Amino acid sequence: MISAQLPILQVLLPLLAAPLCAILRGRALPHALSVGTVLLSLLVTVGLLIRVESTGTISYAIGGWPPPIGIEYRVDQLSVIVLLIIQGVAAAVLVGGGASIVREIEATRAPLFYALFLLNLTGLTGMVLTGDLFNLFVFLEISSLSTYVLVALGTDRRALLAAYQYLVIGTVGATFYVIGVGLLYMMTGTLNMADLADRVAGVEESTTIRTAFAFMIIGIGVKLGMMPVHFWLPNAYARAPSVVSAFLAATSTKVAVYIMLRVVFEIFGVPMFLATHLSEIIIGLGILAMVVASVTAIFQDDVKRLLAYSSLAQIGYILFAFGLATEPGVTASVLHLFNHGLMKGALFLALAAVALRAGRTRRTDLDGLGQAMPLTMLGFTLAGLSLIGVPGTVGFISKWYLLEAAFDRDGFIIAAIILGSSLLAILYVWPLVERAYFRKRDPALPPVEEAPLPMLIGIWLLVGANLLFGVWPDLATGLAERSALLLLGGAR
Amino acid sequence: MLGLLPPGLILIAAAALLPFTSGRLRDTVLLAAPLLAIAQVMALPAGASLTLDWLGEELVPLRVDAISRLFGLIFSIMGFLGALFALRQQRLAELVAAFLYAGSAIGVAFAGDLLTVFVYWELMAVASALIVWSGGMAGSFGAAMRYIFVHFLGGVLLMAGIIWHIVEGGGTGFGLIGLAHPSGWLILAGFLINAGAWPLSSWVGDAYPEASYSGTVFLSAFTTKTAVYVLWRAFPGTELLIVVGLIMVFYGIIYALLENDMRRILAYSIVNQVGFMVTGIGIGTEMALNGAASHAFAHIIYKALLLMAAGSVLLQTGRRRCSELGGLFQSMPVTTLCAIVGALAISAFPLTSGFVSKSMISDAAAHEHLGLAWFLLTAASAGVFLHAGIKFPWFVFFQKDSGLRPPDPPWHMKAAMILAAILCVGIGVYPAPLYALLPFEVEFAPYTAEHVIEMLELLLFAGLAFFVLLPLMKRTRTISLDTDFLWRRVGPALWRLGLALLTAAGALGGRLLTSAGRLGSSVSGRVVGPQGLFALTLETGLTILVLTIALAAALWFTLGPDLMAAMGGG
Repeated sequence: MISAQLPILQVLLPLLAAPLCAILRGRALPHALSVGTVLLSLLVTVGLLIRVESTGTISYAIGGWPPPIGIEYRVDQLSVIVLLIIQGVAAAVLVGGGASIVREIEATRAPLFYALFLLNLTGLTGMVLTGDLFNLFVFLEISSLSTYVLVALGTDRRALLAAYQYLVIGTVGATFYVIGVGLLYMMTGTLNMADLADRVAGVEESTTIRTAFAFMIIGIGVKLGMMPVHFWLPNAYARAPSVVSAFLAATSTKVAVYIMLRVVFEIFGVPMFLATHLSEIIIGLGILAMVVASVTAIFQDDVKRLLAYSSLAQIGYILFAFGLATEPGVTASVLHLFNHGLMKGALFLALAAVALRAGRTRRTDLDGLGQAMPLTMLGFTLAGLSLIGVPGTVGFISKWYLLEAAFDRDGFIIAAIILGSSLLAILYVWPLVERAYFRKRDPALPPVEEAPLPMLIGIWLLVGANLLFGVWPDLATGLAERSALLLLGGAR
Repeated sequence: MLGLLPPGLILIAAAALLPFTSGRLRDTVLLAAPLLAIAQVMALPAGASLTLDWLGEELVPLRVDAISRLFGLIFSIMGFLGALFALRQQRLAELVAAFLYAGSAIGVAFAGDLLTVFVYWELMAVASALIVWSGGMAGSFGAAMRYIFVHFLGGVLLMAGIIWHIVEGGGTGFGLIGLAHPSGWLILAGFLINAGAWPLSSWVGDAYPEASYSGTVFLSAFTTKTAVYVLWRAFPGTELLIVVGLIMVFYGIIYALLENDMRRILAYSIVNQVGFMVTGIGIGTEMALNGAASHAFAHIIYKALLLMAAGSVLLQTGRRRCSELGGLFQSMPVTTLCAIVGALAISAFPLTSGFVSKSMISDAAAHEHLGLAWFLLTAASAGVFLHAGIKFPWFVFFQKDSGLRPPDPPWHMKAAMILAAILCVGIGVYPAPLYALLPFEVEFAPYTAEHVIEMLELLLFAGLAFFVLLPLMKRTRTISLDTDFLWRRVGPALWRLGLALLTAAGALGGRLLTSAGRLGSSVSGRVVGPQGLFALTLETGLTILVLTIALAAALWFTLGPDLMAAMGGG
């Protein structure tokens, strides 16, 4: 039965398509193959969603070796909601990004680009599916290595430096993570997450376990762009090819958050999280990011960089809610992870269209685009309103859940900071909208035209999702709520 | 016919339809949709409600009772008058925004839960900012930016209040909230910002005159009056509102007297009139609440009428300052006549709508033995006559001859004004239908000899004062604060305090951007600025150092107690 094989298919599809892309020539074939693959992958995700919603958590033993001896793929609500955002954004970005890739990637490198993109997708997908900590590290490396190269493909020469920095820092982060895994293995003799959860319970007071905890948190923190170990992120997002920025911004940090949720709540458990005060520290770092990154975003000239700092701020919201370690908090965290992926995917893809037509993405390049690229800029504006949190968009739903989580813990000051930070979002989003609609493009510059149709489709798929899940949020909120129950219910 | 369809949705659907229409079809949509909404408001049976489940909370997008019907009706009427007046408005964006705006206001009027209120509330903020934005004046964008910022600030306070209210077990239902819990204060603050309450009232005078000739007509009707409506529901009898309302009353008068831009005069006068309503809500007796509701009803029509007259003048002459206008009665007789009717109504002249509604509030104050409030309200009535009743029509249509001879505006604008004027007089002559719509039984007779004589005396003396002090009033063309007589009565200290607070409020709004920019380039720029600490591209080695320090810190927190124990033990 194919439906029983869905978990492995989800990983195998992009994994097998990647080398195929690499050996193809030209642009058209690899593009078609990749688009086909991501659309099929999205279908598989929907299949998984339906199965998880009807029968609950799926456990898939690779090669028929039962866990904990073999590697287990586990699919539950949390995996599915993260898979949805990864596959959905991958599909929208590849469907819409064709023209942008033609402009930014040389023809000879195009097959490689697609191969790397699919490998990256494989890595991210694998991390979400696997129930094995070391297997997770393997996928982490697959996605990281491909990301470094993808960033380096950016048109700007500074992309190389950004990629190099990310390589060094990312590797150190991954190493921290794997050191943590090693320590855990030393103490428990297992790498299976569910199994670990049981065995850590007996030895949680040991110094080794606690050391593992610290290493893993910082290692994953690097990957998810936690302030103050975020320094790789703005450059990587700003210098990478536009399509890659859109994909990374919407997915890669989200997967890191996913790992953080799994590791902290399923393996180490809430009591240790609270006892070591990492809960408060993560709340504090989240708040720091909300304020500092938002204000930094206001002063950026390159819009890609601006959005990158906004991402850091939004990760701050996710971290703060995560740090609360309460049911409303974790729900809000998971929900915002999903919703923020939709917002940033739409914004960065619209920006890819701007880069395609207007050449660059400085603030001044947006001047007058409201007339020249009406559909693109309307999409950009709506996604921007979502980022601000206007009702009818997913941003509003997120803000609502985040505030509920704050008030649930009597965090009035935190609630005030969240709201203040959402006002800061107005200050960095609105001036962009103003430029697009109320300024004239410099007549000395060549005129611009609307983005090509596939790109508009990609942008509007994501914008549409922002509105759809803003008005009918039940799917996302339901998944997030049950994820929180699973994570905290499983915790001791 | 339409079942229990919430009437606001009719206008919102029409807003979505407008971009796909042109010519006759667009005219039809513009006029038919508000008429349909009026019909639907009247057809909805009292007590009807709709509920639906959203995010695990019960939403009530439709709840019909007397007060929601009253406000729903006047908002729909206003949608029609505004659409008729704006029929030839070329800016599609403004029309779409206006319909979205009107539909959301009606949505608030029929909302039975706080979530629905909030959703429509934010929609109104966005839609109305778009109206200001599409004004096309030199200052439109800046004003819209400050406007949206103030309103999002209000929205943020409101949202925090609502969620807190719900988390504390207050439920989602939209009814009496009061100030028992701190969440009530947040909600009140959110509502009051939209009401234009002092000290965050500067946005009214700032933004409204920057909209187009027709945009201001829409703006005048909805935002502040939905705020009155929600205050009416959630905070009746909150004594603080008496104080807030009275401050608004005098704030509006003082600023309107000092102002030269004709539409800004009328914008300040909105604050003044809303002040009467807020005071009525603060008094909180049945009579006062009736008065506040009926005054909102009457006010929307005559204020729209006045702004339509001003909009006509603006459209026909392109000028907006009183000092550049005058003598227009010779070539714009219809507009002049309608403006006079509006001016009489806002001054509460007998036989106009203002007379039958406003006196209810001041009488309620007298009934409650709120002597000071009664006295202030009565004195303010004279002030209203000064700034809106005489100043606006006198300087624009009479006074010196500016030499301008513009004709009356196109037929549809005249029609809208005449309709509004008929309503003003109609309600004043025959108030029974309005009284029947009020939520409480009316035991108030407006046309007693005592009322009429008192009002006429007041108006007579105010009128006399205006012409005696005409030279002083004229100075308004060079707004010189230190020679005007009025502020001296209020007291220089209070004036300076108010000015300082207002400046602060202004800075809080739009100027935050510039001041943040200045701040960013100086001190905190080193932390968050473009070249700041957090925005820097660090050397790779340095980043690794930061990373190592972070790891050390994490280890300290996870192992700290053990290490301490080990060291202590060792």
